[in-house]
Amino acid sequence: MDRVPLERKVLSENDRIAAELRARFQEHGVLCLNLISSPGSGKTSLLECTLETLPRHDRVAVLTGDIQTENDANRLKRFHFPVKQITTGGTCHLDARMIERHLADWRLEDLDLLLIENVGNLVCPSSYDLGEAAKVVVLSVTEGEDKPLKYPSIFFKSDLLVLSKIDLLPYVPFDIDAAAENARKVHPGMEIVKVSCLTGNGLHEWMMWLEQRRRAHKSLAQVTTS
Amino acid sequence: MHEMGIANSVLEAVRTEMGRHPGTYPCKVGVRIGEMAAIDQHALRFCFEAIVHETDLESLELGIEVCPRRHRCRICGRDFIVRDYDSRCPQCASLETTCISGDELELAYLEVEEYGPSPVGTKSTQ
Repeated sequence: MDRVPLERKVLSENDRIAAELRARFQEHGVLCLNLISSPGSGKTSLLECTLETLPRHDRVAVLTGDIQTENDANRLKRFHFPVKQITTGGTCHLDARMIERHLADWRLEDLDLLLIENVGNLVCPSSYDLGEAAKVVVLSVTEGEDKPLKYPSIFFKSDLLVLSKIDLLPYVPFDIDAAAENARKVHPGMEIVKVSCLTGNGLHEWMMWLEQRRRAHKSLAQVTTS
Repeated sequence: MHEMGIANSVLEAVRTEMGRHPGTYPCKVGVRIGEMAAIDQHALRFCFEAIVHETDLESLELGIEVCPRRHRCRICGRDFIVRDYDSRCPQCASLETTCISGDELELAYLEVEEYGPSPVGTKSTQ
């Protein structure tokens, strides 16, 4: 009996493509964000608010993933930014190859920001690197404040927690401080913004975070290419 | 439920690796899974057994090593296992600690056996 050491990632093929994508994003100064949440937490609504707020000439594109239908892409197309739907046909997450394929006819040099809306699922997307600069997890106040403890992986791997639907706080027994505390137990120092896409409350903080990330990414890209 | 995809990737890796070891067959493949990797080891085992069933790799065993979340203290340098999300350093009580492992999803090893002169007791490859 011989034991051969393998010592590589199980998803090394996905990771290889993700690394190529990351290098391409870096080369063209594109900030790529991967938005993840359970179904119905408000990822698409957050993107609608984001696209509505950004200037028309902004160099932004969206890839939105779902198991079936073009519904989300149709919702997002009315803002006149490039939007493409990825229908996975049953797969519960996006992987790097799907991103590579759907980017094929977009010119990255025309973009500064690529927003990827993952399939609604708080578990599986956390295993698949898409070449993003950061993951953003969305948790709505109609879920439980213990979700970060129940699904730690995605909170651990995400840079930002967006607590959504805060307009519903008066009507639901959701302890927002406990939710933030739980998220920071899993991910010490995690950044958190609280938003309502219905009232617009907190959207300014989200847009500020986005803007700050875009600026930081741009200066990093300039340093690396100079 | 992405464990089926993970199981498939493990099996693909085994098949690729076996190309480098002629005259042998694979007995066991070992994987390391961090507790923060969002992989359910029971679901992974179930999927793995389902996809090797009635194939030439039916006898291939899956070894799973679950890796705890480990942090290192930035103040005193101590490495420790994080339990119940308590990332405070057990030595100096600092909260300035950094995660060093716990999200592994890695292929660790493959055990291969040479085909004997007579294939008694070994699994035939079809």
